[in-house]
Amino acid sequence: MKRYSAFAIAREAFRYHTGWERAWRSPEPKSRYDVVIVGAGGHGLATAYYLGKNFGITNVAVLEKGWLGGGNTGRNTTIIRSNYLQDPSAAIYEKARGLYETLSQDLNMNVMFSPRGVLMLAQTEHEVRGYKRTAQANAYQGVDTEFVSPERVQELCPILDIGGPRYPVLGALWQPRGGTARHDAVAWGYARACSDMGMDIIQKCEVTGITQSGGKVTGVQTTRGDIACGKLGIVVAGHSGQLAEMAGFRLPIESVALQAMVSEPIKPCMDVVVMANSVHGYMSQSDKGEMVIGGGTDIYNNYTQRGSFNHIEETVRSLIEIFPIVSRLKMLRQWGGIVDMTGDRSPIISPTPLGGCFINCGWGTGGFKAIPGSGWAMADMIARDAPGPLAAAFSLDRFAEGRFIDESVAAGVAH
Amino acid sequence: MLILHCPYCDLNADETELAGGGEAHIKRPGMDADDTAFETYLFSRKNPRGPHFERWRHANGCGKWFHAARCTQTLEVFGTYPAQTLEPPADIIAKIRKRHPDWQSDTEVKVAS
Repeated sequence: MKRYSAFAIAREAFRYHTGWERAWRSPEPKSRYDVVIVGAGGHGLATAYYLGKNFGITNVAVLEKGWLGGGNTGRNTTIIRSNYLQDPSAAIYEKARGLYETLSQDLNMNVMFSPRGVLMLAQTEHEVRGYKRTAQANAYQGVDTEFVSPERVQELCPILDIGGPRYPVLGALWQPRGGTARHDAVAWGYARACSDMGMDIIQKCEVTGITQSGGKVTGVQTTRGDIACGKLGIVVAGHSGQLAEMAGFRLPIESVALQAMVSEPIKPCMDVVVMANSVHGYMSQSDKGEMVIGGGTDIYNNYTQRGSFNHIEETVRSLIEIFPIVSRLKMLRQWGGIVDMTGDRSPIISPTPLGGCFINCGWGTGGFKAIPGSGWAMADMIARDAPGPLAAAFSLDRFAEGRFIDESVAAGVAH
Repeated sequence: MLILHCPYCDLNADETELAGGGEAHIKRPGMDADDTAFETYLFSRKNPRGPHFERWRHANGCGKWFHAARCTQTLEVFGTYPAQTLEPPADIIAKIRKRHPDWQSDTEVKVAS
């Protein structure tokens, strides 16, 4: 792999940019791999990357039904934060946020991590109490957050109407090292690094069955032939239910659509991420100037990657309430992704009833921020055949044991 | 926008009038059931990519619960029926079968296994 650098740009400038190579190889699948990862989104690719980097396991294939990073990795609103209430959540999201800090250097790909700060508005007395509690919990967990006054909120984000008629801003949970990153670049960077380690990334390769023998996984059937494997990692977000059915178990997951949209590009007007969970809306400004907007999930199970129109209206309506300046903005495009929701709104990183088969799913509406930490924990579990400290609390059996990691209250809607 | 027919009001209700209630026809196990059965009842969901039976409430209407058969892949609605129904009615099964010849209902799967 040729390294990206200022020198490389200069070198290519002298030869009309004819020397750039493809970022990753597109090989034919081999008949057997030590580890097969299903799903070449951020989490799947990060799993493969840390398997190679931390454990030296490089005989790995990452299989993708569509195109690389074309699912939720390319459909989210790119927010990165780790201000969670529960200890296991704060640990894995903070691990991920910490890895994002140096991800561009690690991957030799500019993922444009921008720690511009995340404001989560408290607009009811309940939220004030909740976020004060979260700030206190974060202090013990080593996550840098603070509860700030409405005046400070206005200072950080002047375009916000803090007096709002329905829900005045009473304060906010402020995480100064939260922010955004370029979602595609995260997937591409991991893919390029994986390919460089000799791993095979195989796109347009849908898994149609999982073969097993004596309670252990032996391989997968795909649209490009059968592939044998020693261990299998399922990292397919919204379609986890289908893969679990092939493997012979059921998940406590329901798949629903979550929508997002961007406006036409405008001059820089906000340099923080603002989330308003009482009114169901959040917004940040991309480096291109577009306002990136997200809201709540739809109310019914859905696999179509399209959402309901009334949700767009609800999201925009709530945003106009807190950001009056967006009322005249034109929306450029809108899309939906299929998110895998668990009952406690926390992910599942776990061994499964099928031996040698591991699953990483249930990130619901908040997976992008967790990509590096999730991959790190999943790789650790696959390599050692048992969940490590980051993953242990997120096992499947927590539902049977009633050991929930309840973030549905702490995280509200935008998670 | 999703439009479902409320079997009580006998009118078509927009999604904004409705509240979703998740998977339908989940049977609560008896007192002698083991932990696994209760875990399945409480948490495990079919979450199919295809025909799905679900509970809905006409929240901004009559306020009553009803069931709907809907395809999660195409958003096609096969029909709605009152909540006081233990299994999907035969006419709705027939409609689903017409679209998805390979589709198996839960009761048939149980018989097969």
